[in-house]
Amino acid sequence: MAALEIDALDVHYGGVHALRGMSLTVAEGEIVALLGNNGAGKTTTLSAASGLVRPTSGKVVFDGKEVTRARPEAIVRAGLIHVPEGRRVFSTLTVHENLQIGGYLVRDHAEIRKRIDRVYSLLPRLAERRAQQGGTLSGGEQQMLAIGRALVSGPKMLLLDEPSMGLAPLVVASVMELVRDVNAEGVSVLLVEQNAKAALKIAHRGYVIENGECVLGGSAAELRSDSRVVEAYLGGV
Amino acid sequence: MSQLIWNGLFVGSFYALVALGYSMVYGIMKLLNFAHGDIYMLGAFTGFAILGAVGGISPGMALPVLLGVLVVTMAVTGLSGVLIERVAYRPLRNAPRLSLLITAVGASFALEYGMRAGAGADPQVYPLRLGGTAVEVLGARITLQQIALIIVAIVLMVGLNLLVTRTREGRAMRAIALDPRTSALMGISVNAVISRTFFLGSALAGAAGVMAGAYYGKIDFMMGFLIGLKAFTSAVIGGIGNIPGTMLGGLLLGLLESFGTYWLGGEWRDVFAFGVLILFLSVRPTGLLGERVTERV
Repeated sequence: MAALEIDALDVHYGGVHALRGMSLTVAEGEIVALLGNNGAGKTTTLSAASGLVRPTSGKVVFDGKEVTRARPEAIVRAGLIHVPEGRRVFSTLTVHENLQIGGYLVRDHAEIRKRIDRVYSLLPRLAERRAQQGGTLSGGEQQMLAIGRALVSGPKMLLLDEPSMGLAPLVVASVMELVRDVNAEGVSVLLVEQNAKAALKIAHRGYVIENGECVLGGSAAELRSDSRVVEAYLGGV
Repeated sequence: MSQLIWNGLFVGSFYALVALGYSMVYGIMKLLNFAHGDIYMLGAFTGFAILGAVGGISPGMALPVLLGVLVVTMAVTGLSGVLIERVAYRPLRNAPRLSLLITAVGASFALEYGMRAGAGADPQVYPLRLGGTAVEVLGARITLQQIALIIVAIVLMVGLNLLVTRTREGRAMRAIALDPRTSALMGISVNAVISRTFFLGSALAGAAGVMAGAYYGKIDFMMGFLIGLKAFTSAVIGGIGNIPGTMLGGLLLGLLESFGTYWLGGEWRDVFAFGVLILFLSVRPTGLLGERVTERV
């Protein structure tokens, strides 16, 4: 069954036609990479799915329910969590408070505490820095915190926007490992990346987006060996 | 000397109560809500109307009655603040900052002259005065009513600070102040939290209005204008958007005025206050406790 289905989505920003009939599906338990250049419409695709921007036409179905024009909080409640580009950690809130914010919609305090403890055991670095302000963490730690914060929401699926951005290769590897661990626990992932190599290493399938539409799709292995992908996104041969 | 300090702290606690609403709204949506001082005026008149409806109050009952009136007034002004945000500010959420500012000035005039049309231009005598026996503390003459009012002010400020620093709602407010878009991605309803912020700030200003009415004994439809500016000054001194800073700024402004009046004469009080505002805006625009965090990318 599909966790997320995006069907023929159109998004306009004023006069700019950002998405033109964008379609993709993510099956339950899958990691799907969405590759493309700056301005191709990757972030817009995620923002339309999480309710931050309103599509002019098309459909978004999550977990069997249409959420096309749902408000962001309804989508979070349904279990689809968007981790935005640039991590967007709340800089003057402590690490712990950032995680608590992730559980904003969870009414059960004991449940929030349990989930935060789980994030701490998964990411001990965050536990060490729980009282520190989010803005003082390193880029990699901030990315971990952003993902940890999303985990406290109790996601069925994560939308990750460029988690590798600006990180050293070693740190990228550990972020990707975290994504894989999270996925192994049954959380589906739509992974937007410019770092195609890192993304295709952990993804099951992938899509390539250009000018607001999907131009290519296939298994990660197929994409890795597709000459167009190699040339455009894997740095040629 | 201790009399000057006491007077300063007393007036300063009024400033701080009003300034908090200013500061919270600025912190969360970068709006200078010029109508905020008029909410204080609205609070004074709401209290006046309730007291008029209740009728004669024996002096012994003055304090309990005042507390009851405070609670009702806070609810009324709080809801008024929510209404103003809904009608005047929310439709302009994505408009240029200047449009919002002009709307705020318009909302201020609407409240002032709406009240003049409704209640008349003449000052009204507050039907409730707290009977005060003065006691001597460290050489300062302090009336019991002043002590009662300052305790109420402290309770409200401490309560607000706890709410903002310790609760889920407070965290959501701070998160939205930092980044509304990402807050929405956490499932926080930005509109609902902004409404609550207006409620809290306006309730505190309303409380200050009733307290000022009961203390000074006279209210009029323009009484919010000057205190709005003073509250703004307090917020700038302490660090606008920063809650403990704003409280500190209110108390400091009260003290500065108290001493300035003593040294330079009463007619210089406002000159002194706004001189301080200009000084802070040019030398330390982030205020005493307002700080920039260094962010690593």
